Amino acid sequence: MKKVLLLAVLFLATAVTYAGGYRVSLQGNKSLAMGHTGVAVINSSELVFFNPAGLVFLENKLSVSVGAHGVFADVTYQNTATGENAITDSGVSTPFYAYVSYQATDWLAFGLGVYTPYGSGVTYEDDWAGSHLINNIDLKAIFVQPTVSVKIADVFSVGGGPIYATGSVNFNRNLSRTLSDLDGNRSEVTLDQTGISNWGWTASWMLRPVEGLTIGMNYRSKIILRAEDGDATFENVPTSGAVPFSDPVSETVSTTFDAELPLPAEWTTGISYEYNKFLFAFDYNRQFWSEYESLDIDFGGADFTDSQNPRNYKNSSTYRFGVQYKATEMFTLRGGYYFDESPVQAGYFAPETPRNDSNGYTAGLTFNVGSRFEIDASFLYLQFDEVDASYDFYNENGNSVPFEGTYKSSVFVPGLGVTYKL
Amino acid sequence: MKNTIKFMIGALAIGMVSCEPEFDNAVTDQGFYDAGDANFSSYVAVGNSLTAGYADGALYISGQENSYPNIMAQQFGFVGGGDFTQPLMADNLGGLLLGGQPLPAYGNRLVLSFDGEGNPSPTVLEGIPTTDVSTSAMGPFNNMGVPGAKSFELLAPGYGDVAGISGGTANPYYARFATSGSSTVVSDAASLNATFFSLWIGNNDILRYATSGGSGVDQLGNLDPSTYGTSDITDPNVFAASYSAQVDALTAGGAKGVLVNIADVTSIPFFTTVPLQAIPLDAATAAAVNAQFAQYNDQILPLLVQFGVITQEEADRRMINFVAGMNYPIIMDDDLTDVSQVLQGPPGNLPEELANLLGQLRQVNDDDLITLRASGILGSVPDPSNPSGVVGVSIPMEDEFVLTALEQARVSAAGQAYNVTIQGLAAANDLGYVDVKAGLAEVAATGVSFDGGTITSAYVTGGTFSLDGVHPTPRGYAYVANFILDVINSKYNATIPKVNIGSYGTITLHNNIN
Repeated sequence: MKKVLLLAVLFLATAVTYAGGYRVSLQGNKSLAMGHTGVAVINSSELVFFNPAGLVFLENKLSVSVGAHGVFADVTYQNTATGENAITDSGVSTPFYAYVSYQATDWLAFGLGVYTPYGSGVTYEDDWAGSHLINNIDLKAIFVQPTVSVKIADVFSVGGGPIYATGSVNFNRNLSRTLSDLDGNRSEVTLDQTGISNWGWTASWMLRPVEGLTIGMNYRSKIILRAEDGDATFENVPTSGAVPFSDPVSETVSTTFDAELPLPAEWTTGISYEYNKFLFAFDYNRQFWSEYESLDIDFGGADFTDSQNPRNYKNSSTYRFGVQYKATEMFTLRGGYYFDESPVQAGYFAPETPRNDSNGYTAGLTFNVGSRFEIDASFLYLQFDEVDASYDFYNENGNSVPFEGTYKSSVFVPGLGVTYKL
Repeated sequence: MKNTIKFMIGALAIGMVSCEPEFDNAVTDQGFYDAGDANFSSYVAVGNSLTAGYADGALYISGQENSYPNIMAQQFGFVGGGDFTQPLMADNLGGLLLGGQPLPAYGNRLVLSFDGEGNPSPTVLEGIPTTDVSTSAMGPFNNMGVPGAKSFELLAPGYGDVAGISGGTANPYYARFATSGSSTVVSDAASLNATFFSLWIGNNDILRYATSGGSGVDQLGNLDPSTYGTSDITDPNVFAASYSAQVDALTAGGAKGVLVNIADVTSIPFFTTVPLQAIPLDAATAAAVNAQFAQYNDQILPLLVQFGVITQEEADRRMINFVAGMNYPIIMDDDLTDVSQVLQGPPGNLPEELANLLGQLRQVNDDDLITLRASGILGSVPDPSNPSGVVGVSIPMEDEFVLTALEQARVSAAGQAYNVTIQGLAAANDLGYVDVKAGLAEVAATGVSFDGGTITSAYVTGGTFSLDGVHPTPRGYAYVANFILDVINSKYNATIPKVNIGSYGTITLHNNIN
């Protein structure tokens, strides 16, 4: 049974995502069940992500946590002036994590984490009302993070390590609101590149001043994913001299593209307090989204017009609350709430990341199977208000053509993982 | 353990079923938009090429998909509208076959092609069409637009008889989907028992005359349309009788609907693109040409006045004068007095060829309109062995390329009479009256702005009219659809949403290479 579960987790596709911003806060089932708190919670090797400094405080020699989440995310769009409407067909994506921590001495621990903190997968119906901005996107990023944790005093530790990020992107949109080939098929471009990689780092500390009280802080650096010489494929392009990059006979034209996507830095501080069978946690995240100013796509070849897409994100905060209750030897129950502030500013609401402020409600439990195995389950419901929004930076023949409408998102995320302790 | 697994599977299942976000008030909800006093569950559109979605000189699939009735039907879908079927062609070429053989007058569509130097020109799309009008499409359809149809032809039995195509008594487009050889367009439309209809007919009753440069006859006073030629103007009483019968047939079951009036034909790019002063001459050439016409100007015309053959006013109009710069071309005007016989007699005794040349000759003036078809022949040299034989300079353009002021007045008078009838019947039958003439006049006069710019009546670049210069682009049809929806909303207290015309395309770019 255990093997089956483990296999099931591992076989879940390595696709990331859900449809908002493109930070995917699903880095552990225990933590998510508590509102995705964890910078000051000493629970399991999920600390590799949440606070590497805390690994050295784990009680076990070896701690392994593996899990995944099934993200059911959808966005609906409508424009009441025209009746245009759409709903994304985003399927299920499965961000995952795997963490190992090893206690080398009583003051030194090592850890290794593989996790997927960024990603986006949004698929609108082809040629929908906003198809000149996006038809579909699939953005994936996997972080690999070796970690060291050092106890400097009985009450204080530090930790950190380098991060190797590898990602891929596939993005499709129509070239304009109307350009079509002879048969009325809309002209479109697909950008595709895999194996984009770069390095970053993380550093943290943890303080346990009195019995039951833990304070932590974690910083993860920005990592800029640079696509270079990616594949740009233009399809249904009119074979016409009026389209500079067109081919005289073929409706498909290929070139390369360069683009940059920042995975912004994130700073977290938090506190937890353990009282009898209860543990209360609070985390504050600050995400440095202002790094994301514009999505600029530079095509290879002079005939291709480069694409500038202002984003102008602002830094944003997330406030997280979690509680844990050790009900029995067999069961630990968890619950949480968080408020997630959107980095998207008014007028920059692009349908590829249709994110407004959201409230996350979480719950979960751990089921102990013997003394070494734990099965962790979690559930997240992310509630969005419907929002009237527009993206004002699409231009057509020198005219700004805002893309306006009402959006409503909803996200359900069941998750399952296992923890092994030795 | 088993219970835990069950719980987890249960949680997963909940996630899957309850995932879709819903708006408090979704546009797809019943009642978000209001049908008002009308019922759109079954809509039939009756008319001519404009209703069919004809563009670029042909009927083809992607054009039909952007016909104004199809655009409106999609919006009717928000207020209980049902399926809307159209007699879609077999391809995006647009040409017609009859029994496997191409019908010469029904070629492929125009596309905007660019030559090696990057100069654009409308060109007939290459390719062998596959739409055979003798292969019946299963009618009737919700879109009963028949390209080429005149008002009285919608009531003509046999208009859809395949056997009558070659003889000119039947229309190949209608023959393709007529329910029988003896059915009429209106009887087929009425058989759908639609709850809502639109009728836009009568354009060809004047347009054919206009686009032929007035080469037909104004049939004012002739009440027998069976004697009309294709390029004739329909008598307003014939129009009124036909139109009235059509409205009766379409409202017999209590259907509500809209009647669309006839737009001014002379502001379309077909008549406004070729400039009146289209002939560039240098001073020497102008003087040489003027010398050739000196005898005509100085002797023949005064003599004709003197003998009372023409008035002084006509003589003034017939004076030929070229200057250095851009010049008005010379034309044959069949509304001038034909003096070719007189000139062959004494005292002139001109040779027959010259007399015929001068018979109804004048230079174009500011009151004329030159048709788009003239762009291909104006300034051309038809006989390579005679380089001085230039059309518009030494060879007059035929009457069919110019719509003169007199001809325009006939078109305008008939069009106005038709619109009086349409407006009267709309009022009498409590139907919506769509003054699309005003809507298109605004496009021509000032342009109409939308979120991506302004649509105008300029050829190729204006965005409203397709490459045939007569029929709208998808964006032009979307504009018409919005215009009609406005009337429907106000007449029937409905709140049907309009479309964004910026989402509809204009002309098709294509290099004409196989």
